[in-house]
Amino acid sequence: MEKKVYEVFRQERDGKPFVHSGNVEAPDDALALQYAREMFGRRGESFRLWVVLRDAVLELSDRDLLSPALDRSFRTVQGYRLRDKLAAAQGREAGT
Amino acid sequence: MTVSSLESRTREFFERVSNGGKVEMTDWMPDDYRREVLKFIEMHANSEIMGALPEREWINRAPTIHRKLALTAKIQDEVGHSQLLYRLAEDLGKSREQMFTDLLDGRTKFHNVFHYPTYTWADAGIIAWLVDAAAILSQKALLDCSYAPYARTMAKICWEESFHIKHGYDIVVTMMNGTDRQREMVQDALNRWWGPLMQFHGPRTPRETDKDIAWGIKARANEELRQEFLSLYVPRIRELGLTIPDPNLRYDEERGVWEYTEPDWNELRSVVTGHGPRSQERLGFRRMSYEQEAWVRRAVMGRPVV
Repeated sequence: MEKKVYEVFRQERDGKPFVHSGNVEAPDDALALQYAREMFGRRGESFRLWVVLRDAVLELSDRDLLSPALDRSFRTVQGYRLRDKLAAAQGREAGT
Repeated sequence: MTVSSLESRTREFFERVSNGGKVEMTDWMPDDYRREVLKFIEMHANSEIMGALPEREWINRAPTIHRKLALTAKIQDEVGHSQLLYRLAEDLGKSREQMFTDLLDGRTKFHNVFHYPTYTWADAGIIAWLVDAAAILSQKALLDCSYAPYARTMAKICWEESFHIKHGYDIVVTMMNGTDRQREMVQDALNRWWGPLMQFHGPRTPRETDKDIAWGIKARANEELRQEFLSLYVPRIRELGLTIPDPNLRYDEERGVWEYTEPDWNELRSVVTGHGPRSQERLGFRRMSYEQEAWVRRAVMGRPVV
């Protein structure tokens, strides 16, 4: 057996997101779970753990793909400034 | 990569980290940075595992079952911290076996305070309260470390250390409410630990020449940490009726700094290079347990145990 690295994700309370907490090294899945419990759950600080082989994690960090230079504000709340337009519309309504 | 593109990449990297940029394990990093972070984390990991040993001496002599459980839990935490930190170091490219061998052979260091003997239960209290208090200040200065996996691990470690400090404080306060003999024991322990505590954060390396600060590895200079330690703990020590064994210790209101007798830097250098009063004994114990438990490591790997 060879040691493998497992990444550990911790859910603090039922229904909350799983947050990456660190990793453990273990020769198999059963020991990986055991080590994860000991390292990330011995104080009752975890509701649930996800233990994932590091090799199974795909990473994307290319800034060109994740933060493209093109303006993407049309996808966001901040992309729409309504104040003046809205005031004009309300004024027109009030005027009728 | 051509030489000039490596140079510009390296320059950009250091510019980024010195301006608060973060580095992940999977990112490219210059060898100098990798080596420095690795050295820093390895020393920290060594200190956590060696730091379990002086306190371990008190598990069988803890005065009550509750103290014994709490002390054992603290020691498990310290060993757990070393596991987390060795993992980080492994990801930076050095094997755990090599780190253990280097520690046992004296090629790498661990913190000065773990080279000293313990004599009474009061030592367990002073270590958990004041040694951990000094350590948590250093560790908090790493919460914003440019090497992000280390910073994240530090958040977990600091959270656990806060229980250690509280427990140590509880031990000391309980003893100070006890008999004269118990108060003497605490005073005696404080007298012995004060020197190593003042050396703990290291010599006054100026901010400007501290590579670890320039590269965003740690946020605060040695002297800043020592000053904060004094500001936080001198009043708490004194209000218990303890005397700090330094006649020159005083707060200069005008300059806003603590003055103190110059710590013995020769002692620090000699202790961390393996010449402390318990350096060799503790390393000997670590070596023994590493050898004795080799069969467990073989067993978990599914190899023959003998």
